[in-house]
Parts: sequence; structure tokens; C-alpha cells
Amino acid sequence: MKFRVERDVLADAVAWAARTLPSRPSLPVLAGLVLNVSDEVLTLSSFDYEVSARVEVACDVEDPGVALVSGRLLSDIARSLPAQPVTVSVEGTRVIITCGRSSFTLPTLPVEDYPQLPAMPPASGEITGTLFATAVGQVAIAAGRDDTLPTLTGIRLEIEGTRLVLAATDRYRLAVREFDWNPLSTGLTAHALIPARTLADTAKALASSDVVSIALAPPGAGEGLIGFEGNGRRTTTRLLDGEFPKYRTLLPNEAASIALVETAMLAEAVKRVSLVAERNTPVRLSFDGSEVVLRAGVGDDAQANEAVEATVDGDALEIAFNPNYLLDGLAAIDSPIARFSFTQATRPAVLTGLADVSATPSDEYRYLLMPVRLTG
Amino acid sequence: MGLGVDDGGCTILHVDMDAFYASVELRSRPELHGTPVIVGGAGGRGVVLSATYEARAMGVHSAMPISRARRLAPDAVIIPPDHRAYAEVSRGVMSLFHSVTPLVEPLSLDEAFLDIAGALRRLGSPTAIGELIRSRVFDEQRITCSVGVASTKFVAKLASTRSKPDGILVVPAEQVIEFLHPLPVGALWGVGEKTEEQLERLGLRTVGDIASTPVATLQRALGQATGRHLHELSWGRDSRRVSPGEPEKSIGAEETFDDDIDDAIAIHAHLLKLADQVGARLRSTEQVGRTVQLKVRFADFTTITRSKTMPGPIDVTQDLYDTARGLFDALGLQRARIRLVGIRVEGLQPAQGAARQLTLGAPEQGRREAEIAVDSIRARFGSTSVRPARLVELPPGEEYSR
Repeated sequence: MKFRVERDVLADAVAWAARTLPSRPSLPVLAGLVLNVSDEVLTLSSFDYEVSARVEVACDVEDPGVALVSGRLLSDIARSLPAQPVTVSVEGTRVIITCGRSSFTLPTLPVEDYPQLPAMPPASGEITGTLFATAVGQVAIAAGRDDTLPTLTGIRLEIEGTRLVLAATDRYRLAVREFDWNPLSTGLTAHALIPARTLADTAKALASSDVVSIALAPPGAGEGLIGFEGNGRRTTTRLLDGEFPKYRTLLPNEAASIALVETAMLAEAVKRVSLVAERNTPVRLSFDGSEVVLRAGVGDDAQANEAVEATVDGDALEIAFNPNYLLDGLAAIDSPIARFSFTQATRPAVLTGLADVSATPSDEYRYLLMPVRLTG
Repeated sequence: MGLGVDDGGCTILHVDMDAFYASVELRSRPELHGTPVIVGGAGGRGVVLSATYEARAMGVHSAMPISRARRLAPDAVIIPPDHRAYAEVSRGVMSLFHSVTPLVEPLSLDEAFLDIAGALRRLGSPTAIGELIRSRVFDEQRITCSVGVASTKFVAKLASTRSKPDGILVVPAEQVIEFLHPLPVGALWGVGEKTEEQLERLGLRTVGDIASTPVATLQRALGQATGRHLHELSWGRDSRRVSPGEPEKSIGAEETFDDDIDDAIAIHAHLLKLADQVGARLRSTEQVGRTVQLKVRFADFTTITRSKTMPGPIDVTQDLYDTARGLFDALGLQRARIRLVGIRVEGLQPAQGAARQLTLGAPEQGRREAEIAVDSIRARFGSTSVRPARLVELPPGEEYSR
């Protein structure tokens, strides 16, 4: 095997494939990256039995072949090489990497022991990389991080024809993002539960692709697997088992009051006021008339308060939130105006974003936030 | 008692219930008075939690395996513990202490330091107050206690130990040296087996020996802090004040099985039972905690703990159980043989004013309200009147033992 490729191309490709390298491989070969060269194409791939990654880049092939080398070493090396063409070749049981005047010799791993990557399911539909990355990012913040509740560490993906819905919850907040996409067949309905961290990483890495195709295995064929592809990069991941909570019933149908606040001003105020909120004590928000007053700290402890202009339509209300959960939501709506809709101080608040105060509210993105109850 | 006439300046009391758990049990079993009685886990692997003085005379002491205690005192009656009853008596005793002085520092369920400097004018001399407490404890709770009266905490504690059972000992300030110096070094606060050995090597056997050794010598042998500390104590100097309201740092319960268990389902049932106990204790003491810790000891005695911090404080049995069970399942054990499991809640704070992060989709009146109702039923009809369904079908103490 021998090929020559530009340093940046190699570094990007290796970085993509190395994302899924297991930190503690169950088999020594799983710490490796497979380099496969044929027909002017270099294919890099990795797999840890959960997630697989694969990337194809053009290169000058001198000699086709396959080799398996330590993925961590290869990615460290590729990142540090000078910006010059890189030549990679196999000599006996070693891989030689030369670039400019530097050269590296790496031992190979037994490529015949490397597991077969799962086949990519047929594509179900397409979406732009930026929309995909934004939408996944907005939802992933609400996913649970607690491995003892595995179902909640996933992002629920629902396909209903041309509509795609992403949802995640850690039981304290729920983020739901809906948007249109381009299904490749009509009348497609499907759903899947995807590990949130993997999906978030994948979406971020594919953000620059014009088109990302989503491939959900149809029932009966390679079930339990979802694939994503964009710009010659592919990844598959195993789906999570378990029943995602019936989140639609959690979304309130009515509101007793609606408040509009400038997002950036509110976020700044929450950050300031919560300086005195000891770990996990809430920040209290009193919405009344034309302002919202934020308070944190109780009793003899340090206290803080700040008033922020707001348009409050409906009943006055005092409600308390975990400041971090509130800040996550304010960041995720990614809009100048934050729109809160409340029913009661002990019921979830719905946070959505508006472009300006007169804009029509939309349900494209909803962040449901459960309040904190102050027991007396 | 040779000591104890002039009680001027003796404003620290140490009050300690006599054989606390056993005494509480004897209230409902008066026929056992004067006989050896042991309170402890009934199974083959339980340990002695408390024993009457008759049993102690046969060599039985706390923390000894029940099996060993049985051999030492074959005639002893062994009673399984009823922690709810002990907690109730403890609450009664502590509130009695608080009626004497606000400066009460509980050390455990059954002992406390009291600073009575402010009560002298109202209630009389330290000796009179000590006697008042003793008679009121017996009147109200039908158990006896011993009281040490001195000018420092550490001497007061020694004095109560020396007056046991059912006694009072006053150590006037000017007789502290006389009282302390003949005592063995082990009597000093902070001297355990290891320090005792080190002191023995230096030829120091009594408190008086320590007192007459230069501080520098002690510090060389035991380290700066310990050397200085012991020297101070040996002269009866102890500047610690009675600090009331030292809150409990954690609440927990654990269980050693009669036989090792390798069945995850059986472990779940035990976790539920422990969560039930811990939850009830949290609620009865009006506390909430944020961190749940699971402890697992395997057959080979290796012990692991795993903990999880919740987004907000909890006191609900169901939450405790779900969390502990999640931690246990996450260990991914394949029929490992388990000897002990325990659940502990840390990061305690008063339930009053605590903020609770609500959960999406949970009914507003939920488990917590149901469990508070169960608590009050149990308070009235006994701890076994209402139990989680999966604990009912198992005969108490017998479950899953083979």
C-alpha cells in the first residue's frame, strides 16, 4: 500500500474517523484506524461496536492495499504535520509516514482481526448540514447525562412524511424541535432513539456539509441502526432501546400568562443574580405588569435581585427555576426575544423564541422547563 | 463517691443513656429485667447493637458478632432492633434536655453534652440539675441514664462513663488532676489502640505519665497535633465548647445478609427496604438530601461505593430506591456474591425552605404525599402496618435466605 495526499485532507479525514475511537478498547484492534486504498480513493474507518465512522478522500494511489494502525497516534501525527504532501506506505509490518523532512514509523495491527463495519442503511431523506447541526444542538442540551436512566440519554427522532421532530428530556426540561426535510420516499413514518452525545458530535462535524442524508434502517433489515452521511463522511450508530416518554402530553395547551423579555438582557440578569444562588438553589422570577424581578438567595445567606423590562400579558406570577436550566433554554432559543408561557408556578413553563415582539409565535422550537417548588 | 461535693464551675454535663436500645426494649418486656438481653440483628451474621449490663458482665459488647455473643451468653434473649422506637425515645430525651438549656450538643441518639451555665439561677446547682435530668428521663421514658458533671467536655464524658450505670459523678475543677491522672491512657479522647501502643512503647501507661512527659517528647513520638492535644487533655484542659445543633451530615442504613446474595432481584428488594428506612428517617427528622450513595460489600469483603447527586434535594423513598437501584444496576454485576448493601443520603439540609426541582409529568400530589400518609399510619399502628407490596410477601428476617 502506498499513497500520497495533502496534509489538510489527511488531517480532516483522520479527525473524522478518530472521533469514534474507543478510549478503552475492548479488543486491541479496535484502537486502530483502517486505511484502505484503491481506485484513487483513500478510505479511513473505525468502529467500536456501537458507532462506526467512515470517510473517503481522493488521493494519488501508487499501490492499493489495506493497513490498520493506532488511531490515536495517526490522528496526533496528522494534526502536527507541516502543510505539505504526505506519503504513507507499508513496508513489511510497518507503516511509514513521510511529510517534508519528517517521517514516522508505526507498527501495524492485524487488519484481518478487525470487525466488519455495519452496512449503511439506505438513505431515508436529506437535510442541510447547518439546519441539522442547529436543530440537534438545540435539543441535545435537554438530554439526560445519567447512564442509570439510559432511555433519557437519547434524542428521539420522529419522521412523519416531510416533517422531522427531534425531542430530548432529562425529566426536568424537554426540548422539542420540528422542521421540514426532504424524505426520499413519500408517506414515510419512522422513529428512533439515538444516543444524544453521538448525535450531537456527528451533527456538529457534518455542519459544513451542504446535504446530510439520514439513513434509518427499515423494519426487518439492519434494525437498531441509524446512519448519517455528508461530504463523503459516514457514520452509523446503534439505537437505544427503551420507550421514550410520551412527551407530547407534557406540552401544555393553554396559558394563563405570556411574558416577552429581551433574551440577552434576561440571560445577563440571570447570570448576575445567580451568583448568590448556592449550588442548585433556584432563581425566582416575579412577572408583573411591565417587568420581571429576579431574586436569588434566601434567609441569612447572600441575596440579589434585579428587574428586567418585560411585557406581561395575563396573571402576575412568581415562579422559580434552576438558573442553569433557564440559561440553557435562553441560549437554545437563539432569538432576540424570549417568550414564556405559564399556567401555574408548579407547572412547566414553555420557552420559545421570537425575532421581534410583534412576530407570530411559532412551535418550531419549544423548551419546556419544570419549575422548582419552594417548600415552606 | 469521693468526688463531687463542690460543684462550682462545673457547668458541662454529659448525659448518656444506660444500654440504650436494650433499656428501651425492656420497657415492653419487664420480665427480662436482671437478665442478659442483647439487641442486634437476628440472623447469623448480625452484630450486637446493645446489651444489658448482665450480658456485658459475660463479656458481650457492642459491635461483636451475634454468633460470638451467643457463645459467651448462651442464655441471653436476643431482640431484633426497633429503630423507630429508639428514635422516638431519643426525641423525647433530647427535647427534655432542651427544656433545661438551649446549649445541647447531641453526640448520637442516646448521649449529649449540655452547657448549663445559664440554667443555674433557674434550676439550681449542677448536681441538682444532673439529678433533675436523671429523674425526669426515668419518669418520662422509663429508662435510666448516667450523668457526668465537670468543667470541660472531656472530663464530663469520662465522669459519666465512670458513674455507669444509673449514676452521677461530679468532678470539681480542683479535683480534675486527681481524677484524671490514675486513669489509663486509653481513657483520653483520641487515644485508640494504635496510639495506646505507641504510648506503651514509651512506657506511658496512665494519664499522669503523659502529664509528666515533656510536650516535645510526645510530639516527636505522636506528631505535632496529637502530642500537644494529649498533653493538654492530661492536665484536664479542653477548650471545646458545647456547640448545639451540629447537624447530622448524612443518614443511612445498611444490611448484612445472613447468606451472601447473588440475585439482583433479591438485592432490589433489600434496597427498597433500606430506602424505606432512610426515607422515613429523613422525613421524620424533617431533612432532605441531595446525594444518594450506594454501598456494596462483596463476599470477599471488597467494598465499593457509588453515588449520584440529584438536581435537587429529595426525601422520597421512591426516589431513593430508584436512584440506588439505578446505581446498583449500573455496576453490571453478573451474579456477584454480595454480603452487604447500604444506602446513605448526604448533603442534608432542613426540609423547611428547601427547594425541590419538580419533575415533568409527575402528578402534583405524588409519592411524597402518599409516603407522608404512610409515615403517620406507621407512627400509629406500627412499622409493619403499611409496607411496599414487594416487601409484604416476604416473612421478615427470612427473605431470600437459603
